Order: sequence, then structure tokens, then C-alpha cells
Amino acid sequence: MQSVSIRDLTLKFGALEVLKSLSLDIEDGEFLVLLGPSGCGKSTLLNCIAGLLDISDGQIFIKGRNVTWEEPKDRGIGMVFQSYALYPQMTVKGNLSFGLKTAKVPKDEIDRKVARAAEVLQIEALLDRKPSQLSGGQRQRVAIGRALVRDVDVFLFDEPLSNLDAKLRSELRVEIKRLHHRLKNTMIYVTHDQIEALTLADRIAIMRNGIIQQLASPNEIYNRPVNLYVAGFMGSPGMNFMEGTLTGGGPDGGPQLRFGSTSIPLDRYPFAADARPEKVIFGIRPEHVSCGPAAADEPFSADVEIEVVEPMGADTLVWAILDGKEFRFRVDGHSDLDEGDHVRIGFDPARASIFDAGTELRL
Amino acid sequence: MADVQTLNTVAVGTDPVTDRISGPRGAKPRPKLSRRNIFIYGTLIVVAAYYLVPLYVMVVTSLKGMPEIRLGNIFAPPVDITFEPWVKAWATACTGLNCDGLSRGFWNSVQITVPSVIFSIAVASVNGYALSNWRFKGADTFFTILIVGAFIPYQVMIYPIVILLREIGLYGTLWGLVIVHSIFGMPILTLLFRNYFSSVPEELFKAARVDGAGFWRIYFVIMLPMALPIFVVAIIIQITGVWNDFLFGVIYTKPDTYPMTVQLNNIVNSVQGVKEYNVNMAATILTGLVPLFVYFVSGKLFVRGIAAGAVKG
Ligand SMILES: Nc1ncnc2c1ncn2[C@@H]1O[C@H](COP(=O)(O)OP(=O)(O)OP(=O)(O)O)[C@@H](O)[C@H]1O
Ligand SMILES: [Mg+2]
Repeated sequence: MQSVSIRDLTLKFGALEVLKSLSLDIEDGEFLVLLGPSGCGKSTLLNCIAGLLDISDGQIFIKGRNVTWEEPKDRGIGMVFQSYALYPQMTVKGNLSFGLKTAKVPKDEIDRKVARAAEVLQIEALLDRKPSQLSGGQRQRVAIGRALVRDVDVFLFDEPLSNLDAKLRSELRVEIKRLHHRLKNTMIYVTHDQIEALTLADRIAIMRNGIIQQLASPNEIYNRPVNLYVAGFMGSPGMNFMEGTLTGGGPDGGPQLRFGSTSIPLDRYPFAADARPEKVIFGIRPEHVSCGPAAADEPFSADVEIEVVEPMGADTLVWAILDGKEFRFRVDGHSDLDEGDHVRIGFDPARASIFDAGTELRL
Repeated sequence: MADVQTLNTVAVGTDPVTDRISGPRGAKPRPKLSRRNIFIYGTLIVVAAYYLVPLYVMVVTSLKGMPEIRLGNIFAPPVDITFEPWVKAWATACTGLNCDGLSRGFWNSVQITVPSVIFSIAVASVNGYALSNWRFKGADTFFTILIVGAFIPYQVMIYPIVILLREIGLYGTLWGLVIVHSIFGMPILTLLFRNYFSSVPEELFKAARVDGAGFWRIYFVIMLPMALPIFVVAIIIQITGVWNDFLFGVIYTKPDTYPMTVQLNNIVNSVQGVKEYNVNMAATILTGLVPLFVYFVSGKLFVRGIAAGAVKG
């Protein structure tokens, strides 16, 4: 059953069309992450689902009910904001119970629900404090609790961890994941942190300029991006892109990619489309490149000259020159590569992504 | 830790131990009588004197009898302290036909100020809240009109309002003046509240809406408690503004309903008999007492409220 269903949603601020006829179906209990650059309309989409913005066109269904014209409180949603948005003059308990009091829930039931949410989020000891007396992580827990007490169908998160430092962020990320396993609610989560997206999501929707570019599992998005934009957006450092021409006459007579004096055999590449444009863009992720003795076993290998070595702890990023073009690859943390060295690198073209240079779509 | 010590030794100099004992340590001493301090305190004293000397003259004069005043030394402290002028100013000084002093004006002013302040602030705070948070259709136009209203000179509107009040039968009454004060206070107060509420994070408002709160519940439960400092500012602005008003009081009320400022003017400017400077001074101080009291009581809150608006707005 679909939990949230969006049909042809259009939203304009004056003349600016922020969401363009956007459609999206989210399964019951799914964790969907909206990922995209700043200003692409993620928060706007979330606010539309919440009912905090009046949409220009389209429909929104939650649990099969058309909520397009309903007030936020009648939609069965709870929302968690980046800035926590706790009511400053109320205690934690007051914050948690505000929504229930507004809905005129009996007092003993409020107490029971607040106690349960506090237990789930481990904030029992904080119930009598004011928000100003809490740390960032604690505040965000309270904010999540505010959605929790109201037994909502759908949780909406708008960059909930962006204001936290790196360590807390990874802690709370795991907790949100645990919460999702426990509650099995539908969750829609906005972020521009790829790690959060990849670790939390059942599916990721990559957005750009108010349009969903790809909606798929993290694995699919990472390994089989549908277009050049998604390929470039996911991954840090990003994919290596090489412009080249697609020709026949490779080994075994299969297709091959030529750029400069290099040719890459593509007989193992799983072409999805039938079209074979001449101009293409070939992309390979830095972490899919091997280096040294292992490189010789790969279907494709070449010599590169190393320009810069960036040790990053767990691994090392190497910037090199392949046939006059910049080329990055990752090796493990204690490599003894040095600037100026010549090494052999290799990769399996089956793990690459090839895009039509004109349409920028995956081949 | 040992190697850190050695590092320090190398960096600081030849004999680190004596360096550490004799070198500067703790808060940097500041000379008490530096040129900077003389300048700052000098300026403050001059400015304070500028305001305090006239007040001093008023107080001492109001405590003297007329014979002493005729001696002419206005700075001399009173020899025979008398409260006669104060009693006279409050209870028996004559203005036109009435001879019951400022007391009548005082109660008139109270009856004008209290409803004006309550009414205008209640409306302006809701205005500001609606304008900044609810962004209803035409909100910007409404706000522009209100602000333009603040820049139209009062004089232009005096006569139309006379006609208006006459038509609704409130001309010359206290309630007429209350309405006038509420209207004229509206633009600046609305602006004040709008700016304050605009500085409240929008997400707070959204969270309250998701929690199911409507227009009034968000206003009373979320926004109002947060806006207390700005309410204090508004109350002070409005009390002093209304209390000190002279122009509207003269125009829109009648001798029976004159506010205190108008009565003060009538006492001071009365042409019959000798000029009783001591009574005039006492009457003036009495009239100024209310704003003075408000400032003293709420000065701290006032500064805090202004600062809150300034930092966040
Ligand atoms: N109230 C508004 N009035 C006019 N334009 C707006 C308004 N709110 C957002 N926009 C515009 O809509 C676009 C999308 O904004 P939105 O806040 O949804 O971006 P976002 O994807 O959430 O970005 P971020 O990652 O920075 O939060 C932006 O170009 C923004 O300038
Ligand atoms: Mg956003």
C-alpha cells in the first residue's frame, strides 16, 4: 500500500516554479531520502507534504486519503526541523505534550505517551528542563519526540542533523535508523549529506531544480546513475569523467571507447539502451580503480603519472594524469605512492557508467 | 609532559623559571586616570548635568515660598521648605473656571492612557503577528499602507478626525481621544511587533502548526510569552506618548475632560494675578512624574527589549 502519493505537484513562488509537476509514490514503512543541492526544492516539497505551503497544482494522498486541502494537523504527519524549533518557554515535557494538549487528549493519556516517547529517545532525565538547557543532540531528540508522541503515519525530517557536529551526527543517524526499524513508520528525510542518504535510505530521490532525477535504491543510484548529473552528484570525490568516441573494432570485435591515444574495451559493459551515439562520456569511480600489481589483471589498464597524494586516514586519494587528463583513484591508507611516480592502474569497464554526450543519459 | 616543558624552555628564553615568576601575569592593569577615562567620564558628567540642573532648579523652586523666589537666586537651596505649592498645584490651582488644580487632569489622563495603551498594543501585536507569520493575501499592501500612514503629518488629519468624531458622537469625550491615540499609535507599534515576530524562526511557527495549533493558540501560547520584552517596550512608548500628548488633548477634548498636560499649560499660562513660579514648577514635576516613574520601574526591561529587537531584527 502506498503511504504517501504525490501527483503532478507544482509549486510556484510568484513566477518562480520551484516544483515542476512532480510525482512520487512512497511505500508504507519506507525510508525515503530526498537528496539534492541547496535550493533544489527539497524543503519546499516537504512543506507541501506537511501542508505548510499552498500548492499551485496537483494532489497529495496520505494513506490513500486525499489531503491536498487539509490542514497540517489533519494529515497524520510529524515534522522535525533543522533548527529543532522547540518552544523556548516550555519545558521538554511541555514541548512534547503541546500537540496532544492542542488535540484535547485526556491528561493521563498525554502523560503515558510522553513517558513512552521519552523512554524511546532516552530523554527521561531531561523532561523538566528548558530547551536552552539542552545540548544540540538532546534538542533534536526532543524534536523527534514531539513527532513521536502524536502517533503519526509519516515522519518528515528536514535536515535534522545538519546543525550537529560530526560525531553526534553519526550517533543520531544510527538512532534514527534504529527508530525506523522499531516503529516501521514511513519516513521522508531531506538532507544534502550523501553519507546520511546512503546509510539511511531504502530509496533515494535525487532532486535538481524541482525535478526528481532518479528514484532508486542507494546501491542502484551509486552504481547505475541514470544520467550524468546523478553520476556527478553522488560520490565524494566524484566520478572521473572522460569524453571520448564510441567505436567498434575492439578486441573480439566489440565496442570500444577511444579518447586521446587510449582505447577502453567495452565488450563487458552492460549497455542498457540500444542507441550508440558517437560522442559519449565515460565515467568510473575512484574507488573502482585498482593500482599496482592488481591492475594488470583488470580488463583495462594503463600507466599514469602521480601529481598529488592526499592521505585521508582510512584510504588515500591519488590525483594522477591519464593520457593528459586528470584522473583520481583511491588506494588504501598506508600506500607508499609518491608525487611524480609512474604507476599502472586498471579497472573493469563493466563497473563504469557511459552517458550520451548529447542527452547526458545513461547508455 | 616532559618534552612539552623542554619545548617551552627553548621557545621562551634562557631562564624559564625566573621568566615565569617575574613576567606579566593575569589581568592587564589599567591606570584609573587615563586620558580615555577622563574623557569618557567628563562627557558623561557634562551630559548628566545638562539634564539634572534644570530639574534641580525646578525642585528647589517648587519648595520655596514666593518671597524667597523674589530674591532672584534660582540656584539657592530653599531656606524655608514649604509644600504649599505642591498642594496648591494638585488641588486648588485655578484653570479658567475650575479651581481644583491638576487632580482633575490627572484622572482624565489616567482614563485616557490606560485604555489607549491596552487597546493599541493588543491590536498592534496581533497585527504584527499576522503580518509576519501568516502572510495572508494583501499583507504587503496592508503593511505599506500602514507605514505610509505613519509618515503623513498629524496636522493633515486633525480636522477630518474632528468631523469623524462629531459624527459618531464622541467629540469632546475621553473615548474619542482614546480612539485617536490608538489609531495614531498603530503604525509604529505594528512595525515594532512585526519586526520582532519576523525575527522568531519560521520553523517554530511551522512546528506549532504541525502540532495542530491555530491562529490564536499560536499567538497566545507560543508567540506572546516570547514577546514579553517587546511588549514592555511598546507599553513604555505608548504610555509616555499618550501621557505627554498635548496637541490631540487640546483639540479633541473639552475643559472638563482636558488631560493633565493641557491643564498644566493652562495653569502655567494663566494671565490673572502674579506668576506663581513655585506652583508652576510643582505642577510641571507632578505632570512629568508618571513617565518618570515608568522609566525607573521598567528601564532595565526597556533596554533589554530594545536590545532583543536590535540583535534579532
Ligand atoms: N517563501 C519563498 N518565497 C520565494 N522563494 C522561495 C521561498 N522559499 C523557497 N524559495 C525558493 O525556492 C527554491 C527551493 O527552496 P528550498 O528551500 O525548497 O530548497 P532546499 O532544497 O531545501 O535547499 P537547502 O538544501 O538549502 O535547504 C529556492 O530557489 C528558494 O530560493
Ligand atoms: Mg531546505
